[in-house]
Amino acid sequence: MTTIPAEYGLVLATVLFMLGLISLLIRRNIVFMLISVEIMLNAAGLAFIVAGSRWSQADGQVMFLFILTMAAAEVSVGLALILQIYHQLKTVNSDEASKMKG
Amino acid sequence: MSNLLWLIPALPFAGSLILIVAGSKLPKKYVPLIGSGSVGVSAFITLLIGMEFITSESGSVIKQVLWQWIDVAGFSPAFGFHLDSLSLVFIFVITFVGFLIHVYSAEFMAEDEGYARFFAFLNLFVGSMLILVLADNLLLLYFGWEGVGLCSYLLIGFWYQEEKNGSAARKAFIITRVGDTAMAIGLFMIFKTMGTVNLVDIQGQATSVWTVGSYEVTLIALLLLGGAVGKSAQLPLQSWLPDAMAGPSPVSALIHAATMVTAGVYLIARTHVVFELAPTAQFVVGVLGAVTLLMAGFSALTQYDLKRVLAYSTISQIGYMFLALGIGAWSSAIFHFMIHAFFKALLFLAAGAVIMALHHEHDMFKMGGLRKKLPVIYWTFLIGAASLAALPLITAGFYSKDQILWLAWAGEKGNTWFFLAALVGAFITAIYTFRMVFLTFFGEEKTQVSHVPGSLINIPLIVLAVLSTGAGFIEVPHSLGHLQWFTDFLSPLLPITIIRPGIESTEWMIQLLAAGLSIGGAGLAYYFYGVRPSLHIQIKNAIPQVHNFLLKGWRFDSLYDWTFVKPFVYLSNVNKNDLVDWPFNALVTVAGFIHRLFAFTQSGILRWYLIGIVVGAILILTLGILI
Amino acid sequence: MLIIFYIAAAVAVIATVLVITQHNLVHALLYLVVSFLAVAMAFYVLGAPFIAALEVIIYAGAIVVLMIFVIMMLNLRQESVAQEKKWLNARIVIGPVILTLVLAAELLYMLSTETSVHLTGEVIGAKAVGMSLYGHYVIGVELSGILLMAGIVGAYHLGRQKKKVTHRFLEKQEE
Repeated sequence: MTTIPAEYGLVLATVLFMLGLISLLIRRNIVFMLISVEIMLNAAGLAFIVAGSRWSQADGQVMFLFILTMAAAEVSVGLALILQIYHQLKTVNSDEASKMKG
Repeated sequence: MSNLLWLIPALPFAGSLILIVAGSKLPKKYVPLIGSGSVGVSAFITLLIGMEFITSESGSVIKQVLWQWIDVAGFSPAFGFHLDSLSLVFIFVITFVGFLIHVYSAEFMAEDEGYARFFAFLNLFVGSMLILVLADNLLLLYFGWEGVGLCSYLLIGFWYQEEKNGSAARKAFIITRVGDTAMAIGLFMIFKTMGTVNLVDIQGQATSVWTVGSYEVTLIALLLLGGAVGKSAQLPLQSWLPDAMAGPSPVSALIHAATMVTAGVYLIARTHVVFELAPTAQFVVGVLGAVTLLMAGFSALTQYDLKRVLAYSTISQIGYMFLALGIGAWSSAIFHFMIHAFFKALLFLAAGAVIMALHHEHDMFKMGGLRKKLPVIYWTFLIGAASLAALPLITAGFYSKDQILWLAWAGEKGNTWFFLAALVGAFITAIYTFRMVFLTFFGEEKTQVSHVPGSLINIPLIVLAVLSTGAGFIEVPHSLGHLQWFTDFLSPLLPITIIRPGIESTEWMIQLLAAGLSIGGAGLAYYFYGVRPSLHIQIKNAIPQVHNFLLKGWRFDSLYDWTFVKPFVYLSNVNKNDLVDWPFNALVTVAGFIHRLFAFTQSGILRWYLIGIVVGAILILTLGILI
Repeated sequence: MLIIFYIAAAVAVIATVLVITQHNLVHALLYLVVSFLAVAMAFYVLGAPFIAALEVIIYAGAIVVLMIFVIMMLNLRQESVAQEKKWLNARIVIGPVILTLVLAAELLYMLSTETSVHLTGEVIGAKAVGMSLYGHYVIGVELSGILLMAGIVGAYHLGRQKKKVTHRFLEKQEE
């Protein structure tokens, strides 16, 4: 049984992260942007799992759990915000929500 | 009784505070009541304390330390008062003359809309002046010194709606500031060498710290002299006083004649120990006094404005006091101060009443014939003028001035030049004084009298007139019965002038000469302005340049304009865009530019922010790889 | 093991590419599920079966379902797909892609400089994770609890359907 080199896992994490980043940058639809953030968080979690596996420690998985918790909280708040934005502005275009120059 | 000392300056301050805070809301009749009342009570307390002081044994002092003002590393001036015979003379003059002038003002300023403000400033002035003369250390003295400077500024510019009054006020403030700075440096040097600013300590330790005529003590004395010269309007800082006449007449009487301008005399008398250790500086005091009294006297001869004549005569009379200080005739200087305060306050108040009666007409050549219309003012003015001109035997001015003349001739530090200057000065004084009298009260009437002064103006004038004659008899020269109350009173504090041996016999000759000159001067004025009025116009037309030169006060204003104001204005024009500010402005411009740049990036569009984050990440990673 | 990892990686990458190129939100979410499942497979291969299970349950399950609910509530019609097409043009894509590639190149360069290590594939089970979580990282667990609590309150507060309230700044601009 051939073992997996650690870099491969990290390369996969990098590629997924970059895909998420591209999506985040090119999309105007705010729901798509949220999905992109999920992809990126997942990629970061993958990097932690690889690192944990590299040292045969449980810490990487613990970190993934924290990321998972954070992602869940973020999605719930983020989706609520999206609902509010849509309710107020009648659009999901993030560029429209720029009147406060925030 | 002596523990009431603090009340003397505190009462005027309290009055001032009340008037400043509530002056505009108080009914008008209470304003002079508070204003004059506070000074009146101060005067009463002064009288009580003075009685106690005189009956107590000679040389005693009353001390009262209210609280520790500052206490830092050995520098510990207290907020304390020190009453000895010298300060008693001063507080007596300040509170009594001040009280009379307050009473006078109650009527004189009654129509003015700044009634309460006027009394508030006057009270503040009296309080500051009392602090100045009662201070037991030089720092508190300086506090009062600056306080009276401030009040002088406020009161010269009292009618601030007119621009020239504001300029006169600023001129007075800025010119005296030159002297004040010199004095401050002098104080620093005293503290540096002695480690104390307490006046008693300085008096006690000076002789052990400095040797006679050492460089350091001379410098300190000259710096103190600088302060005195500025405040007392002596050469070369005299040019502010004639312009200070822009203020109301009671202010001219109180501040610019009777009390504040003599602060310089007080300072030098108070620190006489320092000046005695620096004979050069003391000689300079005498020279300045002699030159100033002559210059101001000549200028007074040509003035048209009644109050300006009096202003120049004030400069001239303070010149006499400086001359007296310069020859070590300490008590004579203080005696002349006291007498001068009486008759000069009287003259200013009378002049103010005349000016008010004639619709604010200042030009003497447009007055005349007021003898019949304003009898009280005529007689009191005449008494004041006689005292100023030192008419022999009956006037107080004769006794005080004669003492200075005699000591300038006979004193150890006197010399012929001082004596001649004083003698010529006395002659000129008589001429310009009676020129005023003849132009104002004799001849034909040129302007209608519109307002006859009431009793509140007349009573102070009469009281001051009595003092101007009677006060002289407490000090009568040897040849006329030898009475030395005043000198004896001051002698524990101020040393008695040493007279050159074998010269006493000439005293009656000096007196005769002085008396003759003052009567001669009065006669000359009568000839010019009473008998042949056209003559002075012919003389004026024959030498217009000289006349104009004297009229403008020896053109000191032009000189200072050329030497200080013009170069300063030129420099400020060159530096209009402020070279020093340039780099700072550039910093502001750059910051503003960067600010606009970053503000542009804050568009509110989320994706641009994300791109910013990505670019930042790239930069950091690149740095991480490269380094 | 390696082959399974390769397959899972390929599926994950392809599914993710499809996610980011879709114009229809629901389609994109379906590909996202595929991507998450592939990553879960990768976790399993890397010796983290417990995490693989959580990935399936929470990411592919809970989070995606939550998103679908929200998409339903938004009630976007067919024209939003056309809108999406209009927004995704080459001009807008090219810049971010270049930037991201630069970043990726840098990251990969940094990875390549490290010496190669082979993973043992040793399985770290739920028990080990639990021991670590409630032992060493108990503070983190408590903080996560607070975070989730804040998330719930925030989501409830923000998600409430209120009467339309225009901010006073926006109101002025509309006039």
